[in-house]
This record gives sequence, C-alpha cells and structure tokens, in this order.
Amino acid sequence: MSIIELRQVAKRFGATPVLNNVDLTVPDGSLTAVLGASGSGKTTLLRLIAGFEQVDTGTVAIGGHVVDDGRRSIRAQHRGVGYVPQEGALFPHLTVKGNIGFGLPRAEHHKVTQLVDLVGLSGLERRFPHQLSGGQQQRVALARALAIQPKVVLLDEPFSSLDASLRHTLRRDVIHILAQTATTTILVTHDQDEALALADQIAVLREGNVVATADPRTLYSQPPDITAASFIGEANILTAHVHADQARCVLGTIRLHTTNPPATDGPSRLLLRPEQLILHPETKENAISATVVEFQYHGHDALVHVAIDHPNHQILLSRIPGNLALTTGQSVWVEVRGTARAWPLTNHNTNPNNHTDFSSATGQSKPTGVSGAPRD
Amino acid sequence: MHSAPVSVQRYRLRPRDGRSPTVVAISVIIALALLLPLVLLALDAHSAGWDEIHRVLFREHSLFLLRHTVVLSLLVVALAATIGVATAWCTERSQLPAQRMWTVLLVMPVGIPDFVVGYAWHSIAPTMNGLLAATLVMTLGTYPLVYLPVAAALRRANPTIEDTAHSLGKGALATFYRVTLPLIRTAVLGGCVLVVLTVISEYGAFEILRYQTFTTEIFTEFQFDSQAAGALSVPLVLLGLLVLTIDGLLPRRPTNSTTPRRAPKLDQWRWTVVPRLLALAALIVIGIGVPIGTLGYWMTRSQHTTLPAAVTLTSATTTTLTYSAWAAAVTVVAALPVAMMIFRRTSAPRIVLERATYVTQALPGVVIALSLVFFATHYAFGLYQTSALLVAAYAILHFPLALVCVKTSVAQASARLADIGRSLGRGPIAVFCRITLPLLTPGLLAGFCLVFLTAVTELTATLVLDPIGVQTLATQFWAYQSEVAYGAAAPYALVIVALAALPGTLLGLWFDRERHTRPNLAS
Repeated sequence: MSIIELRQVAKRFGATPVLNNVDLTVPDGSLTAVLGASGSGKTTLLRLIAGFEQVDTGTVAIGGHVVDDGRRSIRAQHRGVGYVPQEGALFPHLTVKGNIGFGLPRAEHHKVTQLVDLVGLSGLERRFPHQLSGGQQQRVALARALAIQPKVVLLDEPFSSLDASLRHTLRRDVIHILAQTATTTILVTHDQDEALALADQIAVLREGNVVATADPRTLYSQPPDITAASFIGEANILTAHVHADQARCVLGTIRLHTTNPPATDGPSRLLLRPEQLILHPETKENAISATVVEFQYHGHDALVHVAIDHPNHQILLSRIPGNLALTTGQSVWVEVRGTARAWPLTNHNTNPNNHTDFSSATGQSKPTGVSGAPRD
Repeated sequence: MHSAPVSVQRYRLRPRDGRSPTVVAISVIIALALLLPLVLLALDAHSAGWDEIHRVLFREHSLFLLRHTVVLSLLVVALAATIGVATAWCTERSQLPAQRMWTVLLVMPVGIPDFVVGYAWHSIAPTMNGLLAATLVMTLGTYPLVYLPVAAALRRANPTIEDTAHSLGKGALATFYRVTLPLIRTAVLGGCVLVVLTVISEYGAFEILRYQTFTTEIFTEFQFDSQAAGALSVPLVLLGLLVLTIDGLLPRRPTNSTTPRRAPKLDQWRWTVVPRLLALAALIVIGIGVPIGTLGYWMTRSQHTTLPAAVTLTSATTTTLTYSAWAAAVTVVAALPVAMMIFRRTSAPRIVLERATYVTQALPGVVIALSLVFFATHYAFGLYQTSALLVAAYAILHFPLALVCVKTSVAQASARLADIGRSLGRGPIAVFCRITLPLLTPGLLAGFCLVFLTAVTELTATLVLDPIGVQTLATQFWAYQSEVAYGAAAPYALVIVALAALPGTLLGLWFDRERHTRPNLAS
C-alpha cells in the first residue's frame, strides 16, 4: 500500500516553475530518498506534502485520501505529517521538553519522557535550543515530529549541516529510530551516498522533474536512462554500435545486460561504471592500451583517469584497489568486466563532446558530457 | 501500523490558504494613515493658494533659510560621521578598560533632547549662538546615530578579512581605508541619513541658539499665519524627500551576513591607547557632562520665578508619561501587522507599505503636527486640541522607529517556525499565541521603549498640539526657558532626561543580549 501519492503535481512561484508534473509513490513503511541538486525543487516537494504550500495542478494523497487537488486542500495542522527541517528549526523560546511536547495534548505530556529517551537525550529536558549541539538539536526536532505519531515523517536534508563523523552517527541513529517506530519516511538530500546507503527507494529529482524512481541497487546498476545513470555515482559514457546483444566500442566488443525490451540495434550510448574497468600495468589480451592522466588515492581504493590510446583520446574513469600504485603518464591496459547497459543514440543526445568530462579533481563529479541529454 | 491521533479522513478539503485579507486590509489602512500628513500638507498648501505660496517661498528670506538649513546639515553630518566612525572603531577594535561603560556613555547623548543641550550651553554661555553653537549641539546629539550602526557593522564584519589585508602587506591605515571602510559604508550612510533628517526637523535647539532654519520659521509663522506655515513646510518636506531619494539611489552591496567565527583580535592594552581614551573622555564630558552639569547647577540656584507655575512637576510628569505610553502602545500595535506583512513574499501592497513608512521618515514633527491641525480644523473639529490628536501625531512620527524594532523580531519568528507548529497539529491561533507572539515580545518591548523615550523628549509637535491647559514636561520646560527662568526650567529637563534614561537602559540591555546570544538557527 502506498501512503503518499503525488500525481502530476506542478508548482510554480511567480513565473518560476519549480515542479513540473511530478509523480511519486511512497510505499507504506518505506524510506524514500528524494535526491537532487540544490534548486531542483526538493524542499518544495516536501512543503507540498506537509501542506505548507498548495499545488497548482495535480493531486497529493495521504493514506489514500486526497489532501490537495489543486483547488482545495487540507490544512497542514490536519495532515498528521511530521516535518524535520534542515538545522532543526527548534522553537528558540521553549526547552527540549517544551519543543517535544508542543504537538501533544496536555493529557499525553508524559510521553515526552519516552520520546526524550528514544532519541537519546535523557537529562537534557530542561535545556534551551541554544544550549544544544547541532546533532542534539536534530534529535529534538525528530522527537518533536514523532510526538504526534505521524503517518509519515519528512526529513529535509537533516544531516547536511553536521560534520562528517557526527553525520554518520546521527544518520544511523535516526534510521534506527524510524525503523523502530515503523514510520514511513521521505528523506530529501543532495548527497547520493546518503541516498544509496539509507533508502529503500530513490527518486531522482532534476529541474523539477522526477527523472527516475527505483531501489538503490537497480538505480545504480540498471538506471532507466542515461541521465539517471550519470546522476548517481561516476559513469563512463561511450558511443558504441549495438548489434545482437553486443556493443562495439573503443574498448572492444562488450556484452550487454539482458533487458526487457532488449537494446535496440544501431548507434548507441554505453554505460560502464568505473569499477567495471580493470587496469593492468602489463599488456594483456583483449585489453586496450591507455595512459594514466590522473591518480586520486583514497586509501581503500583509488580513482584513475586514463586517456585511451585512440584518436579520440577519450578520458575514462576506473576504480582500482588502493594497493595498486600507478603514476601519472604510465601506460596501462584497460579490461572491461561484466555487462553494460546501452541506450539508442537519438538526435537529442548526439553531443559532439561525447566523452565523459571529469571537470573536477575530487572524483565526486558527474560526467557533464551527457548533462544536456533529456530523457525523451 | 499504529494509530495516528491526527487522521486526514476526519477533515474536509477546504479552499486553499490565501494571503490573509485581514492583514492586508489593516496594513493598507495604516499605510494610508501614514501618508495622510503628506496629503493634508498638499491640501493645506492648495487651500493657501498659489499667491500665498509665491509670497512666502519666492523671497530672499527663503533662500536664506535654505542656506542656513543646508550649511548646518552638511557641517553636522560631516562631523557626526567622523566622530561616529572614529568612536565605533575605538570601542570595537581596541582593548579599552571598562569596554561596556564606554559604549553606554557614548550612546547616552541620544537620550538627552537637543533642546535641553541647547539650553544647557546657552544658559551658561549666553554668547553661544548662531551656526557654530548649532553645529556643536547637533553634532553632540547626533553622532550616536552613526556610532550605533557602525559599531554593529564592525562587530558583524569578519575580522579575518582585515587579517587577510594585513597579510597582503597593508598597514593599519591602508586596511582601514581599503577594507574596513567599504565594509561599514552602508552603516555609515544609513546613520548619515538619520543625522540629516534629525537636523532638518529640529526646532527647540535652534530657537534657543537663535539660529533660523525652515523649522523655526514655520513655527513662528504658525503662531500668526497658519497658511504661510503650510506653504513653508513644502520645501522642508521636499528637502527630506530629497535626502531619502539620494539615499535610495546610492548603490548598496548586499550585507555580508556571515557571523564572525572568531572575536576580532583587539589591539593590546598599551600606552598608545591613552590618547584614544582621552579623546573619548573629552567627547563624553562635552556631550553628557556639560548638559547634566548645567542642569545640576541650575537646580542649586534659586528656583523662584515670578512666573506662575501652570502645573506642578508631578502633574506634568504624569501627563508626559500618559501620552508617551499611549503613543508607544499605539505605534507598536500598528507596526506589528505592517512588519508581518513586509516579511511575506513581494507583492504590490507590501511595496506600497514599505514606501509609505519610508516617506514618513522625511516628515518633521512640526509638519505632521501642522497637517493634523489642518485636518482637525477642516474636517473634524471635535478632535482639535484633544489628547487623541497628539497621540496620533506621536504615532505617525515614531512609526518608522517602532517598525525597525518589530521587523527585527518578525525576522526571528520566521514563518518556518509557524509552519512547523502547524504541522504538529496546532491551529493558526494557537501557533500565533504559542510561537509567534513569544518570539515577537522582545522586539515589541524594544519598540515600545524606543517610542516612549522619543515621545518623552519630543517638543515641537507637543507645542503645536497639546490640549489647552495641559502641560507636559517639555512644554512647561519650554515655557520657563523662553522667559529665561533657567532655574525653574531645570527640574523639568532633569525629569525628562531621567525618564528617557530608563527605557534607554532597557534598550541597551536588549541590544547587548542580541550581541551575546546569537540566534542559533537559520531563519
């Protein structure tokens, strides 16, 4: 059963469209991550579900009941949706106890103690928000939202303002608490690692459109299209010619992933993840020679940018074990492991600049060579 | 799934939330009330007729008044800006002994009305007259208007930027001119606009120091020929609007909102600080010591006067307190919906409102008072010479002040917090009472104190509008000092200063609190 259902939801602020006909279905008890860059409309999506804003067109349904149909809506205070904003936004004039108890009727104030325990803040009930650390504030914000026993909790980038180590601890605890209370959760984030690690389902939001919705594994290994592919994780996109479940490209002939329907024959684009490219320091059969142009050491592994020895000198990205030392300028041989996904090369995504372009040296960048390619 | 206490099924779909029409309506009414004096002034000038305007304005005397007003404004603004910036730099960027005491003492002159300062100087040195005396008195009274925003800007400015300039090989002076000054430019300009507006609307001090400006002339004319006074108000208001227009046209960089991570490294306590301390001490002696000392001196003199006392000190104090409290309450209540309106998304009513409150700043007290007299005598004679009219004048006059304080609070009580309150199942009234109002209270109190303080020290509008037989502290003081009964006038001035000091201290505490506990959440 789905608890939240958005159908063709559109929202604009003045002349600026923020969401264009968004469809989103959130199964009961799941954790759905809405992944998108800043400005992609993530927060607006949450505010529409919470009832702080009203949709222009389309419908929002909670638990099978329409709460906003573009003309009329049920007010935020009647929706039973918990909201945890970025940086907590605790009521500064109320204590921890006052914040958590805000939504509770007087008779149920004893529940505050349980909630304080649940989020691990026993002993801090009488503190004011400014006397708490960032992580503690987020815990209070979560307890405050859970107090009303919401059908669904909306988390708006709740971890982004915390430093790395605290973020991991809090993330783990929050997921644990939400699982304990069996609360359906929508998490908005721009951090793909966070989305991949936590979510049962990821919806990729881009410029006001949901470009893909799938579970993390599928989204990574079998993305529905090239845009989604380049949005999640690093991707090598190559031009190829597909014929009978095989693709011919600069790296040789590569077996395609069995998909339904099967990949169309003809000119195509091919997706290979960095970990599918194995680098050999010595020459090897079926391997293509290339030159290391950049080596980023990460300890457990390393990201290597190689230029293949082919007239187009395409730059490819490979992830190798950290103990394999390579130096810039060194010759290597590239071998492809596993199967690839291919999409027909349409007029839309014929981009002369059709190699992956790693413009940033951090290794976190997405290939921008395909960024202009719309879905259809 | 566990049972949820709030269940969507129980509620029906309702027409969507729109902008609350009540708030818009109230705000528009307030905006119209604020613009009323301008409209009335136009009507007044119109009813005076072109010939009258021509007679009053196009004569050599007008040019003389204009020159007097402009020359004084320029002198005072230059001096006040210099002193304001220099003192702010001293208190914010060097290690002074008893840091907080200096800040408080430097701000204090703003609570002493300029007419009291003028009286103090003139009564001990009767030769203190004309341009130089007016410049001295107004500079001492207005430099805090530059000091306060500049000190706040220096406190906000990230000291790392100054450190970076030093690391790029720039010395203290070069860093100040090329880095610090541009950072505080907006604050300096804002302060300067307030200084000019204060100078062109001042009446009492100039009357005492025998320095003629438009305001003194308007007041004199008002006693004999109110139509001429209306005509003379036109150039004064235009002058104020000109200042606001220039201010609005100046380019503004968005203020850097990053909170400094680190307290600025202050110059160590060394002997080089001594000249700064001496300069600050001298300024404080001239600015506070002289007026307070003079008042004390006259208090010890014989208070006997041949003039019959119209009212006792107690009854004048009660009257002043009552009027000021009413004015403060009315102004703050009116500022609240406007402040809330301004923080919504940009819309036509919002722009009109902002402009209307902005324009009010250009209206001197005497002009607002005259326009209300015109209103009462032409359209509502029952209101003429009533307390209500005086309170209304105070409210219009001090509205921009109250709005500044209330706006700061409304910014803190962000709509996001109210949203969260609603998502926790509370209705709009509960959310307003339990979240919005508690967060607004400090700002409302500060606005109340500020308006109260300014109303206690107000003279010009009070002289024009106070009901017959009623004397406030300011008007009784004025009556005595006009007859050179300095000893009899002194107690009234002293009570004014004492009354203004109390809310002034509260205000200081409020700003200090803001300084120590920064809001820890983004709004």
